[in-house]
Amino acid sequence: MNNLLILPILIPLVTAGLSFIAWKSSRMQRIFGLVGAGALMIAAIGLFMSVYADGIQVLQVGNWPAPFGITLIADLLSSVMVVLTALVGLTVAVYSLAAVDQQHISFGYFPLFHVLLTGVCGAFLTGDLFNLYVWFEVMLMASFVLLVLGGEPPQVEGGIKYVTLNLLSSVTFLIAVGILYAVAHTLNMADLSLKLTKISQTHPSLILSVAGFFIIGFGIKAGIFPLYFWLPTSYHTPPAPTSALFAGLLTKVGVYALIRLFTLVFPRMTYTYTLLLTLAGLTMVIGVLGAFAQVEIRRILSFHIISQIGYMIMGLGLLVSNNPAARLLGIAAAVFYISHHIIVKTNLFLISGTIKALRGTYQLKSLGGLAASSPWLAVLFLIPALSLAGLPPLSGFWAKFAMIKAGLQAEQYLVVAAALAASLLTLMSMIKIWDEAFWKPAPEGDSSEGSHSTRTLTPRRLLLLLGPITVLAGLTVAIGLQPQLLFNLAERAAAQLLDSSGYIQAALAMGQVPLQPVDIVQGVMP
Amino acid sequence: MFFLLSIVVGGLFAMGLYLMLRRSIVKLIFGLVLLSHAANLAIFTAAGLVRARPPLIPKGELVPGTEFADPVPQALILTAIVISFAVIAFAAVLVKRVYRTVGSGDLDKLTATDR
Repeated sequence: MNNLLILPILIPLVTAGLSFIAWKSSRMQRIFGLVGAGALMIAAIGLFMSVYADGIQVLQVGNWPAPFGITLIADLLSSVMVVLTALVGLTVAVYSLAAVDQQHISFGYFPLFHVLLTGVCGAFLTGDLFNLYVWFEVMLMASFVLLVLGGEPPQVEGGIKYVTLNLLSSVTFLIAVGILYAVAHTLNMADLSLKLTKISQTHPSLILSVAGFFIIGFGIKAGIFPLYFWLPTSYHTPPAPTSALFAGLLTKVGVYALIRLFTLVFPRMTYTYTLLLTLAGLTMVIGVLGAFAQVEIRRILSFHIISQIGYMIMGLGLLVSNNPAARLLGIAAAVFYISHHIIVKTNLFLISGTIKALRGTYQLKSLGGLAASSPWLAVLFLIPALSLAGLPPLSGFWAKFAMIKAGLQAEQYLVVAAALAASLLTLMSMIKIWDEAFWKPAPEGDSSEGSHSTRTLTPRRLLLLLGPITVLAGLTVAIGLQPQLLFNLAERAAAQLLDSSGYIQAALAMGQVPLQPVDIVQGVMP
Repeated sequence: MFFLLSIVVGGLFAMGLYLMLRRSIVKLIFGLVLLSHAANLAIFTAAGLVRARPPLIPKGELVPGTEFADPVPQALILTAIVISFAVIAFAAVLVKRVYRTVGSGDLDKLTATDR
């Protein structure tokens, strides 16, 4: 029992509540927003230290014994994800102080921001499948409102697409949970893992179809290949800090859920892993090709999110391999990749917001000359951009290196080729932004162009905008120079994921209450 | 009963998806409503139908009798109903905003953020 586990959920929730109370005072809301994000960071690091030192931490909520109550559980993957969530929360909260205008704050930007963090942290920490659904909904509900906050025409239009497709994914997820309960009569993920091993021998096709439901449900949320259409039509519409928050966290919750389910809950099924690996390859290539057609910075970056999701799913798909070393390396690479990606992607969206603050537009056509007028921003852009493309010595290089090495060990040469091609195309796409926005001379001529000349920002505002970007860029460089530290951590996390016995023992350790045996497939047979 | 409810669930899904594929933005909302109902009913049906046997523990026993209506799926459905109620209410307001800003209820005209 460790009460620290509830803090990453409780702190943002309380912060959101306090901010709602201080509805009329935007100054108080800013203070609460910042302090809450800072407290979340401290709690997240505390939780991580405790997991790192003492192994998996469990909290049975309300002291209900294990498979009956809701279990909160943090293994290394969960705690790393919570730390990254807190990092994104803190940096975006600081950035928001300068980038979110009075109108958005008075509509409740900060409370919603923290409700979103509550949902994300809850999803990472829960050990109960239905509870995961609830946290997903908390997160989605906050993201719906944040997305359309301000009510600009593109926002509501992107919003309707986002809401529709995400509701579809929730319904799919819910049905899958229902069927899983019907066959296994439990929702605790550790307990499900034990029961499904038996059931999959007697009813393999049933388990396979439930797995299919989960792939569709989480696939929509993660944005994998045929299901990603909501993402590029909505992520570029809200203000920059909101899209940075979404880009850093939301799709990664989907990826996390897929990793959790297909390492812990479902027994090894070659078919689903092959499917995931194929989808991963297609996601990488099609996402990056989609970016080529775009001329707006945030739309380019949105398509790159999709492409990068492909790499993370590839690590999961490599479980298809018979070589245990390749399986371990694949999952470790996926964990490394997620960590690197969250930092880099949030940063790129924050930089796009700074460009907008300086020039008043996201359109590459009307941008230019930023390298001359703001050289510091140019350097800060190059670090995450080249890291995203995978150039040494930045974090992305090591993430891709590990992933491709795992792919070669697993002898999946086709997907390795796709990964290498997608990485080259990512570089081209980043060079396109660099060329158009930073390098080429600022466009001149049209009378309307006056509005796109560089604006001077007050030093305080500039500091608030560039501080978070610098911190994130510094982390990218630090991971790039010392990849071994993060990689050792990722490898330990992967070992925990692949050998789920530790997780199961920790989750169910409260002892079983004697109960009459229930016929486990009673529900599905009429 | 199991057979009948299965067909009802299938029918609700078919209708919901059909409505979502229509061009009218109002039908989209109705489609979403039907889908969430279908999901709730699917959970209810899949978890097993037990008639007139509430999960009450007789005096002096530790567990209810051999066969009883499982309360967990009903709790799940209750949660899901509340959530879908909130989400549908939000979606309805959003649809109104879309209609006001775009000036049309035709989903095919909502292409401004796709290009």
